[in-house]
Formats: sequence, C-alpha cells, structure tokens
Amino acid sequence: MSTTTQTEWPLWEVFVRNKAGLDHKHCGSLHAADAKMAIQLARDVYTRRQEGTSIWVVPSSQITASDPGDKGMYFDPMEDKVYRHPTFYELPDALNHM
Amino acid sequence: MYTQAMSVGPQDVPSKKIKSAEEAHAEAAFEARIDAGDFIEAKDWMPEHYRKTLVRQISQHAHSEIVGMLPEGNWIGRAPTLKRKAILLAKVQDEAGHGLYLYSAAETLGTSRDQMLDALHTGKAKYSSIFNYPTLTWADIGVVGWLVDGAAIMNQVPLCRCSYAPYARAMIRVCREESFHQRQGYESLLVMMREGTAEQKAMVQDAVNRWWWPALMMFGPADKDSPNSEQSMRWGIKRITNDQLRQKFVDATVPQAEILGISLPDPDLKWNEARGEHDFGAIDWAEFWRVVGGDGPMNRERLGARVKAWDDGAWVREAALAHARKQATKDIAA
Repeated sequence: MSTTTQTEWPLWEVFVRNKAGLDHKHCGSLHAADAKMAIQLARDVYTRRQEGTSIWVVPSSQITASDPGDKGMYFDPMEDKVYRHPTFYELPDALNHM
Repeated sequence: MYTQAMSVGPQDVPSKKIKSAEEAHAEAAFEARIDAGDFIEAKDWMPEHYRKTLVRQISQHAHSEIVGMLPEGNWIGRAPTLKRKAILLAKVQDEAGHGLYLYSAAETLGTSRDQMLDALHTGKAKYSSIFNYPTLTWADIGVVGWLVDGAAIMNQVPLCRCSYAPYARAMIRVCREESFHQRQGYESLLVMMREGTAEQKAMVQDAVNRWWWPALMMFGPADKDSPNSEQSMRWGIKRITNDQLRQKFVDATVPQAEILGISLPDPDLKWNEARGEHDFGAIDWAEFWRVVGGDGPMNRERLGARVKAWDDGAWVREAALAHARKQATKDIAA
C-alpha cells in the first residue's frame, strides 16, 4: 500500500457563493492534485444540491490565520467600545428613524 | 452514517503521567469552556485524550460512510427502474461526500488522510458493524434507507452539538442531506407493500427480519458495558447515551412499521404503559462482538473491496500529482 504522506494530494480550502449578490463563504476543505481538480471536486462535494453559483479554492498552506492564543488581546478591547454602535445614543422619539 | 458502535474497540487510556502546572492550568481552562457550552476549534488547546478520542470517532465515522457505499452500490446496476437508480446513485454519492466532510474534520486534529486510510486498510480502525451484513434483495435497499439511515440520523442529530466545532459543522451538513436517505427508503418499501405482489411483500418482511436486530446494535453496547461513554458525555462529544438513543429509535420505528404493514421480528416488543416506552427483547451481544471483531458475514469482502480500490487507484493518484508538477514547471518556464 502506498500510504506515505509524499503521495498525498495537497489540501485546499473551498469557498462557495450561494447565490448571485452574496459573498463567498468558507464551506470546507478537500484534497486535490491541482487547482483545476480542486474546483471540479469542490463542485461534486459541496454543491450537490444547488448550494453554489461560484467556487473559490485556495491552497490551505496559503492561509494565514490569527493566533487563537491572541484571541483575548486581539478582540476583547472592542468589548467596552459600545459607542461604536448606533444604539449607544439615546435620542428623542420625535426624531424618528435616524 | 454513524453508529455509536464505533466507539468500541481499543481505547486510548488517558495518560497517567504527572501534569505540569501549566498543563493542569490549560486543562482546567478547557474544562471550564466545555462546561460553559463553548465550542472548541482546531487550533485551540485541548487535552491529548480529547484529541485522540475525536480522531478515532471522526475517522471511524468517515470510514463507515465510505464502506457504507458498498452494500448499496451493489444494487445500482440492478435497481428496478431508472428513477430508483437515479435516487440510489444520488444517495451513494452523498455517502462519499459525507465521508469526505468527516475526513476533513478529522484532519484538522493533525492526522493525515493517508494515516486514517492506512488504519482502515490494516484493520486497526473500525467502521460501523452494520455494513458487514449483505444486501441480498432489492427490498434490503429500502430497509437500509429506512432502518439503517434512520438509526444513523438518531445518532447524528445530537452530534450537531458536539463540542468539537469542525465535527459539529460537518454533522450539520450531513444531517441536512441524510433525511432524504431515510425517506426514499421508506417510500420504496411503501410502494412494494401497497402495490406489490405477495412475493414482493414477503421480500420486504424478510429484509426487515434480517436488518432489525443489526440496526438496534448500531447504537453500540448497553450503557453498563460502555465505560468510555461517560468521558465522552463529560466532554460534550456525545450527548445522549447508547441505550437512550436505542429506546428512541424503537419508539419511533414501531408506528412506522405499522403504517408499512410489516411486523418487527421481536415477540417481546410491546408498549409499556407505565414507562411510556416500548419494551423490547434482548439483543444478541455475542453476535455484535463477533461482527465488530471481524467475523461478520461480509467483513472480509468489505475490507477487501476498499483495499483493492485504494491499490488499483494508486497510479491515478500518482499520475495526477505528476501532471500537476509538470504543469507547475511549465507555468514557471513560460
């Protein structure tokens, strides 16, 4: 059995646009020898029920992600900045939909 | 198609070695997240035993989807009508897709696809014991959809809330697609029972008789005999016990059998007013362990078919890689 990792096809991340006008969303990953094959396989694996109108594939090795260890440091500072949200401001009812 | 029977087999014993202060701290934080109902993502810290338990469960779940294509694939060329053939093809293709979602989820835990396949091919990894039974007649295909996929759905719905997020996300996708599997099976049986000849009806009854007990075994050993369940429940990998799920399945199936007009092969099966549930007969656990252990009616054929497919496909995998490398060099040269 040829089961060494050198023969394993590279991993790709798959992004699918559900319908025109929406953004591409990450929906999973798959192994494929090259980009063309990755697109073909993504079609078979992730859009069997008309879930997509467009597919992007990206080699998984090309994704740079934020460090989960930095999650607190990165995202918590926004917690106390409620003034960034419209609901922070109390305005008279007479103003109606501002 | 998942069965809790897959959590049987060799288990990884949690490491007894003394933990460092940091490790103990990380583990306490992890447990707190689990208790708070948080989802765990691939890059988050997790105890080694949690990781191993998940790799085993998710990879064996994936293997079950792939091996599960074999008993049904057996009937694609012999489906009675073009409509049934198209449906069966779609279902078998779904099973392949489910296997792929699950392999991907397991790979996020740091195991490679080749390692998982190697474990399957060398017999180290299990797959659901239900697929070691043969599909002898066309009625078996309907019964597999109704009972086997029905039991799988029972098992899989709670997994959509599994604490390991990539697994939960894969399960949501699987469950969305799986309901068609059960409905198409039941509907094909309905047609046979309502419009079929006496022989065709007898064929359905025969298939039900053969699949009923193996379907009940899909939920795995009784709670008192599954020592690993408790840890999996504690970690939110598993949400409902084997016996609870089995009971739910029996209670849901009895009225479906009535509508179909077939009997379930268990003289002890009856409604228990006091419990508000059905009582049912004793499961032949000796048979269950025999099949899990590799000695079911189809174990050798199933594994043999997978190994042959993998070996026969080796040149295709290699050629595709060689082609990709050649194209890449060409692009650079151009």
